[in-house]
Amino acid sequence: MNATNHQEHQALSRAVLEIDVNNHAGVMSHVVGLFSRRAYNVDGILCLPLGDSGQSRIWLLVNEDQRLPQMIKQVEKLEDVTGIRRHNADHAVFQNLENFFRV
Amino acid sequence: MTETLTGAQITVRLLERQGIRTLAGIPGGAILPIYDALGQSSLIHHVLARHEQGAGFMAQGMARVSGQPAVCLASSGPGATNLLTAIADAKLDSIPLVAITGQVPKAMIGTDAFQEVDTYGLSIPITKHNFLVSSAEELLEVIPRAFAIAASGRPGPVLIDIPKDVQMQAIEITHWPAPGERQPAPAADAWALSEASGMINAAKRPILYLGGGVVHAGASGLAVELAEKAGLPTVMTLMALGAMPVDHPLSLGMLGMHAARYTNLALDECDLLIAVGARFDDRATGKVAAFCPQARIIHIDIDPAELDKIKTAHIGITADVQEALNRLLPAVASNARSDWRQRVDSLKAEHPFLMPDVDKPLSHFGLIRTVAACLDDDAVIATDVGQHQMWVAQAYPLRRPRQWLTSGGLGTMGFGVPAAIGAALAEPQRTVVCFTGDGSILMNIQELVTAAEEKVNLKIVLMDNATLGLVHQQQTLFYGERLFASQFKASPDFIKVAQGFGIAAVDLDHATNPCAALIEAISRPGPCLIHASIDAEQKVYPMVPPGAANRDMIGA
Repeated sequence: MNATNHQEHQALSRAVLEIDVNNHAGVMSHVVGLFSRRAYNVDGILCLPLGDSGQSRIWLLVNEDQRLPQMIKQVEKLEDVTGIRRHNADHAVFQNLENFFRV
Repeated sequence: MTETLTGAQITVRLLERQGIRTLAGIPGGAILPIYDALGQSSLIHHVLARHEQGAGFMAQGMARVSGQPAVCLASSGPGATNLLTAIADAKLDSIPLVAITGQVPKAMIGTDAFQEVDTYGLSIPITKHNFLVSSAEELLEVIPRAFAIAASGRPGPVLIDIPKDVQMQAIEITHWPAPGERQPAPAADAWALSEASGMINAAKRPILYLGGGVVHAGASGLAVELAEKAGLPTVMTLMALGAMPVDHPLSLGMLGMHAARYTNLALDECDLLIAVGARFDDRATGKVAAFCPQARIIHIDIDPAELDKIKTAHIGITADVQEALNRLLPAVASNARSDWRQRVDSLKAEHPFLMPDVDKPLSHFGLIRTVAACLDDDAVIATDVGQHQMWVAQAYPLRRPRQWLTSGGLGTMGFGVPAAIGAALAEPQRTVVCFTGDGSILMNIQELVTAAEEKVNLKIVLMDNATLGLVHQQQTLFYGERLFASQFKASPDFIKVAQGFGIAAVDLDHATNPCAALIEAISRPGPCLIHASIDAEQKVYPMVPPGAANRDMIGA
């Protein structure tokens, strides 16, 4: 999960993935590991529990390349993933976070 | 009735309830409570391996011959890390395995405690799923679920890491969960099936391409039925050998890197490829862009992530292949397909598979065929990894699903002997033969004493060329004959080694009548090592050079 530089940012189209998971230690490793071991860049990660439901939601900001459909299928196979939805990069979840990410 | 049991006793009871009667492992500090409970079990026979990797492959051998999840045990730290190769191997070949490891007590996790390693983290990429159990109650849910996950959908390995304090925690049990079982897969899409049957009926030059999924699904008989009804020449991956008898008139044997020329040339001409439980592995396809260049593709697989992964299918069907083939069969028209089969027969005649020196029992092909002549189809054939593996895949007349145990995806040297021991433990009525090489056998040689201890009916045929044969072959062909680190300057006396481990040994090199010596060794019950020196200059031919198209084969 290397940070991409500004130029690469401009060149790539991106997507936002919304992933519902069972909330226990290790779920993040399962999900994020799928991406890292395929050298698939993840630019942003947000994760919080969903109330007291025993579920969490992981939001990923990812580069969109031709491998993305395969990545989504691999995520769907994880035992602790209960749902995955794909959104465009302009999804609100990662907006307004810039203030926390100034150098 | 309420019982008070420890996590360890619960674990053993749940394994008994799963129907586990034999498992393999090695004890150590962090799994001793489970071993203490296991020692009290009158139902489970524990096989003491000499290296955890051996235990993992023994469990694989049991799972591969039976189709049922099998269990291996290891302690924390090095015990767990030693298991990893066998688990990764099971992942790549879709073998249902439940690996149980001890872990340091919960309070010590993360302290770099003695024999602590992050088994959970290490096993994430090589398991279908894994668990770190945090209480004895949790075992009641986790263990049945592990078996269900291992056996359902595309089978695979599941690891359960159990901290020592969880093993010792005593709780009251009033109710036992149902054993975990294979869950049925969602039904195949009816529209896609009808499109598929239409494509098969309309095809002029179709080929059926069977993968290991056909064996896992118990669908070999249906696949043969489909081939016969629709007149489909049939290729098999390394994992699918035995799904259709190799001497069946429609069989073109194994495809890919070490296929017969006619097999790859027929694929080059086909107009429809029907892939069933196969994953378009690079050893099967060669250069993907040039694989079946004229063909439309029907791809049936239980794992939706395999569809469109390597090759985009015209019709992709996610299904249990047994269910899909069952429903496809009535919709497929009977067709002798004489023109295409004549063309395939002429390819066979023009580009036959050659077995030089097959009539000499001490040549590589001759040895394999002589062993085959001593056995019937009930025998189980295991291999290690290397030249001998490919020669056996090419030359042994495999005729039965689950007859053939080989490490396909991971290609693990050291697989053969322990996997064959596992097969012999699971099916003691059969003769199990393990073809191995001098490089491979040394990677798990310690399990010879396990074979002796368990008195398994295992015949190890050691094809000794004193080299790492496939490396030697590649260096000869593609690295300017610069042989480096592929020839052993010292070799053990394998006869003495075997005898030292307590098993019988026969050296065909010094036998006055090698055939008679071989027959005698195979027919004598119990474990035996059969040693034969073979020529290090022999190559696995034909061969598709790495990265080349399958039509561009070299040799023979």
